[in-house]
Amino acid sequence: MSDVTTKADEPELEDEQPRRAPFWQRLVAGSSTPIGLILVALIVVFSVMESDAFLDSANARNIATDAAVLLVLATGMTYVIITAGIDLSVGAVLVFSGVVSAKAMNAVGGDNWGVIFVGLGVALAGGLAWGLINGFLIAKAKIPAFVVTLGTLGMALGASLVITGGVDQREVPFKLITTIGTGRAFEQIPWLVVIAFAVAIVFGVILAATRFGRYTYAVGSNEEAARRAGIPVDRHLIKVYALAGTLAGLAGFLSLARFSTTTIGGHDTDNLAAIAAVVIGGTSLFGGIGTLLGSVFGVFIPAVLENGFVIVGVNPFWQEIAVGAVLVGAVYLDQLRRRSQYQR
Amino acid sequence: MPEPLLEARGIVKSFGRVRALRGANFTVNEGEVVALVGDNGAGKSTLVKTLAGVHQPDAGEIFFEGRPVEIHSPLDARRLGIETVYQDLALAAELDAGANMFLGREVLRPGLLGKFGFIDKQAMRARSRDAFANLGVALQDTAAPVATMSGGQRQGIAVSRAVTWASKVVFMDEPTAALGVVQTRNVLDLIARVRDQGLAVVLISHNMPEVFEVADRIEVLRLGERVAQLRRSDVTMEDVVGAMTGAITHDGEAR
Repeated sequence: MSDVTTKADEPELEDEQPRRAPFWQRLVAGSSTPIGLILVALIVVFSVMESDAFLDSANARNIATDAAVLLVLATGMTYVIITAGIDLSVGAVLVFSGVVSAKAMNAVGGDNWGVIFVGLGVALAGGLAWGLINGFLIAKAKIPAFVVTLGTLGMALGASLVITGGVDQREVPFKLITTIGTGRAFEQIPWLVVIAFAVAIVFGVILAATRFGRYTYAVGSNEEAARRAGIPVDRHLIKVYALAGTLAGLAGFLSLARFSTTTIGGHDTDNLAAIAAVVIGGTSLFGGIGTLLGSVFGVFIPAVLENGFVIVGVNPFWQEIAVGAVLVGAVYLDQLRRRSQYQR
Repeated sequence: MPEPLLEARGIVKSFGRVRALRGANFTVNEGEVVALVGDNGAGKSTLVKTLAGVHQPDAGEIFFEGRPVEIHSPLDARRLGIETVYQDLALAAELDAGANMFLGREVLRPGLLGKFGFIDKQAMRARSRDAFANLGVALQDTAAPVATMSGGQRQGIAVSRAVTWASKVVFMDEPTAALGVVQTRNVLDLIARVRDQGLAVVLISHNMPEVFEVADRIEVLRLGERVAQLRRSDVTMEDVVGAMTGAITHDGEAR
């Protein structure tokens, strides 16, 4: 703790202990801790019931691979919701980016890393473009985020259908599928999972420790106060939606690599899944509160539930019911805690 | 007569069809406490927000240390050394006291991490603790969200922030309105101390005993115009109330 207070002009600080709760107390009181415990409890329960099948490394890989694309979407969504915004367009932007990426790779042709990078660049650019449109309309035109992103949801999905004529693109470079799509790092961890976690960690650190992250919380907590404090609020909001769009573009590319098709009709509820994951993870829809660690937990709870239900022989349709209940329960717990803490 | 530190001339500001300021004048001299008083709707908060860069005036001129200046944003005001304690405090409730203290002025980590935008939370908390201690603001935990704190503590954070960063003028828009007796006492003492450090303080208040206790001068706004400039030592509360309610209507030079 004292390793950071190196300012020469403040020597008197050394002996004055900062009045901060100890680490374990902050851990217990942390906003993502209860949901982390629920995830651990689920894993324990399924492990006890069907330890051989559930704890198998192939099964863990399945769960993580299923969750990877959603985790990338939820990373961007975490930023958006902390600014007290919402982005309903991420699933449609994912589809759009996959479509233009596949088209671009087919146009270039070939089966090598050059083509793959072209595809990645096009997917990210496609996502960024929609994110910038969202950001400008929300920050500058002051149209509510719900309406803007509902509009771009329709536009991005419609554009995907126009470009493809409604038929999925199934021609994807083989190399992309065998490496990023189904390949594994060290023969063990799927590259999809590595990439998704790398994204979550990088943006989790940025959110927690940098000025960009601090502005994100400040804008969501009190936009007017942030403005008066000289924070470029409009520009920051545009950046946050651009980030969410770009990550949706990345998710589209990963989805393309995994399924080797654009799956135009398969992402209608991705936006809600991402929002649910973020909210289950303790991020407040009213803005100013949230962590990326919580969102990671929030992504894995539905994934573990679905997988566990299949393995223990429960009809997997129950998963959606359980996730819905967890979502409502998580928000209720959050409300209770906040009410007891904030009433003075 | 020394040049005023900050002078506003003929400020006009309308919100739709409401004319909040109708050619208001206002003067702040170096190192003085000037009370800005007026009835509800006289335009006090609008005038302060205009000088703080939150609102843009429709017409009028602002002079700072004799030079004409334009204050387009809170950043412009900040560069002139002007800080404001807003009536709503302008705190981010979910952030801690240190984060609010350094809102928009985050201290970056030294070295490479700082270049990547990493902020030095420890340093900000430590410097905030010092500031709160100096100004007598008692907080149990500077790492707790401001939302968990009492009204007096929040007020203390907002006042500390303005006083810490201001180099010339501090505007305080009804800083004691939400406070109890002891906390009000603290704020008034603080205003005197800030003045003694050489800063000018503009105090907006409805509370006449308070105004008469700390202000060196009193400027009265009425219906968006300045109607009186008074030295505290020359006037009684009745004079001030008379100016506020319209019994006196000239823009008197009471120097």
